[in-house]
Amino acid sequence: MKIKSRKAVFGDWMFVLLCIIISAICIIPMLNLAAKSLSGTEYLIRHEVFLWPKGWDFEAYRTVLSDAKYQRAFVWTAILTVICTLLSLTMTALCAYPLIMPGLKGKGLINIFITITMFFNAGTIPNYLLMKDLKLLENPLVLIVPACLSVYNMIIMRSFFYGIPDSLRESAEIDGASFFKIFLKIYLPLSKPVFASLALFYAVGRWNGYGDALMYIKTAKQWFPLQLLLYNILNNVNAVEVAAQEGFMMPGLKESLKSAIVMFSTVPILLIYPWLQRYFIAGVTMGAVKE
Amino acid sequence: MGKKNKVALPKQKTRWNVYFKRYWQLYAMLALPLIYLLVFKYLPMRYIILAFKEYKLNTKLWDMPWANVKGQTDYFKYFKTAFGNVDFRRALWNTLKLNLLDLIAGFPAPIIFALILNELCFKRFKKVVQTIAYMPHFLSWVIIASLVTQLFAPTEGLVNMFIAKMGGTPIPFLDVPKNWVATYIGTGVWQNFGWGSIIYLASIASINTELYEAASVDGAGRFKKMWHITLPGIRPTIVVLLIMNLGHIMGGGFERPFAMKNNLVMEVAEVIATYTYKVGILQLKISLTTAIGLFQSVVGLFFLLTANWISRRLGERGIW
Repeated sequence: MKIKSRKAVFGDWMFVLLCIIISAICIIPMLNLAAKSLSGTEYLIRHEVFLWPKGWDFEAYRTVLSDAKYQRAFVWTAILTVICTLLSLTMTALCAYPLIMPGLKGKGLINIFITITMFFNAGTIPNYLLMKDLKLLENPLVLIVPACLSVYNMIIMRSFFYGIPDSLRESAEIDGASFFKIFLKIYLPLSKPVFASLALFYAVGRWNGYGDALMYIKTAKQWFPLQLLLYNILNNVNAVEVAAQEGFMMPGLKESLKSAIVMFSTVPILLIYPWLQRYFIAGVTMGAVKE
Repeated sequence: MGKKNKVALPKQKTRWNVYFKRYWQLYAMLALPLIYLLVFKYLPMRYIILAFKEYKLNTKLWDMPWANVKGQTDYFKYFKTAFGNVDFRRALWNTLKLNLLDLIAGFPAPIIFALILNELCFKRFKKVVQTIAYMPHFLSWVIIASLVTQLFAPTEGLVNMFIAKMGGTPIPFLDVPKNWVATYIGTGVWQNFGWGSIIYLASIASINTELYEAASVDGAGRFKKMWHITLPGIRPTIVVLLIMNLGHIMGGGFERPFAMKNNLVMEVAEVIATYTYKVGILQLKISLTTAIGLFQSVVGLFFLLTANWISRRLGERGIW
């Protein structure tokens, strides 16, 4: 008996070690980046920076922060993310809530109408031509409206609504409350977890997305979201247009500038997601296990 | 609900009035989402006909001529053009290859990670590990691509510096097609293993703990329990997710390959999504790329429906 329990303890530590290695693989790239962004130029040229900054230097951050283009893209993307998240949550709730009502006529038809869009996509070019028809090309609205409802997320929310006891709704119905009132007074207050989870999904999607902007916005550079600007900077697409171009001429500073820009664009999400962990776990689980 | 049907009302009309008086709000709520789907998901479908037509600027869709070769109508001209094109065939092959490799490497990773996490007996530590492992999922592909280029750079990258220090020869991770594919797939695993494990952890949590206790009494060790209780317990989840992933084998996003590709490895990095962007949106070969898109959608639909059908045959729920 004694031998057995000692063995188990040893096994436990092996798993702990394994997890430490896995965590390190996840986090080292980011730590390295953070260290580079804070290091002095001479250490970067000699490739001496690993996980801890050498020769602390905030020059890169100062340059990025004072770059008008970057500031603009950062603020614009933040506004965009807030608008998209609020709009998408509203649309998702408007779609999910009526579909859980047992008495709703035509529900089968509506469900088919919605499901088809999950299975069949018109394709990149037809979508592009639609944006052209709707005068959405080069228009900031193209970053907001076309993606304002994800059917997949709607199904997650619907599963959550199904989980709220019918008796709550029925007693409100007996009291004569309208469907809208039931939604506001019962479903909305009880659905904080699913709203938090989907808000994170939508917000991350918008903050990190750049494909739509790349396709639909070519000349109206003032509407570039942060990630597209970042893509252009990192791939030297429009190197001349980067305001901090002098910085990009010096190899060491270039390295720390790139790192600082990437850090700045990531930190907002990295600060938020750990606090919403409980909620997004529930969200993911609901999307896949139940219907 | 329900009660409206039980009371026999004299006239059909009154019954509808009663129904709508109560239910109009639900239809009002649904209006906006349904209009959205109609406009942004159904309306573009009419442009699919361009796959069989010659695209002309400033012409009404219905007035554009059918696809033709020197006046000879050939509805499938653009499909033939696509498949006669080496670049497209390569993009198609790359799409299938990268998706399949993603599945082979990326599918077991979250399961293994979930099993490892399940063995941790320190609650707080487990939580910290989870939080860290979810992190890559929240990075954009632009940022991941820049991390990868920095880490795997030929001489000054962290990984190659480490290899050099250990006495090995630096590996050109991103400049040689074969290595690039491995890096691409590895990056995908890195980005998704933590996030993907969520669903398996939930599935493990729903296994009856009495089974483990009974097994312990019978003297089963850690790995025996893993093999005989945990894995069978999450098998339904594994099967459904595997089938659903197989259903997406023709799909594939745009942002990941577009951010990760570089000029030296285009022969393996060009997938249908990036090819369509290049030829359709930059070079404006509208009919050709619409045909390609239609081909992809139809084949994708076939795979998805098959996957769903199999999933239902196995007694699991499909995705609808």
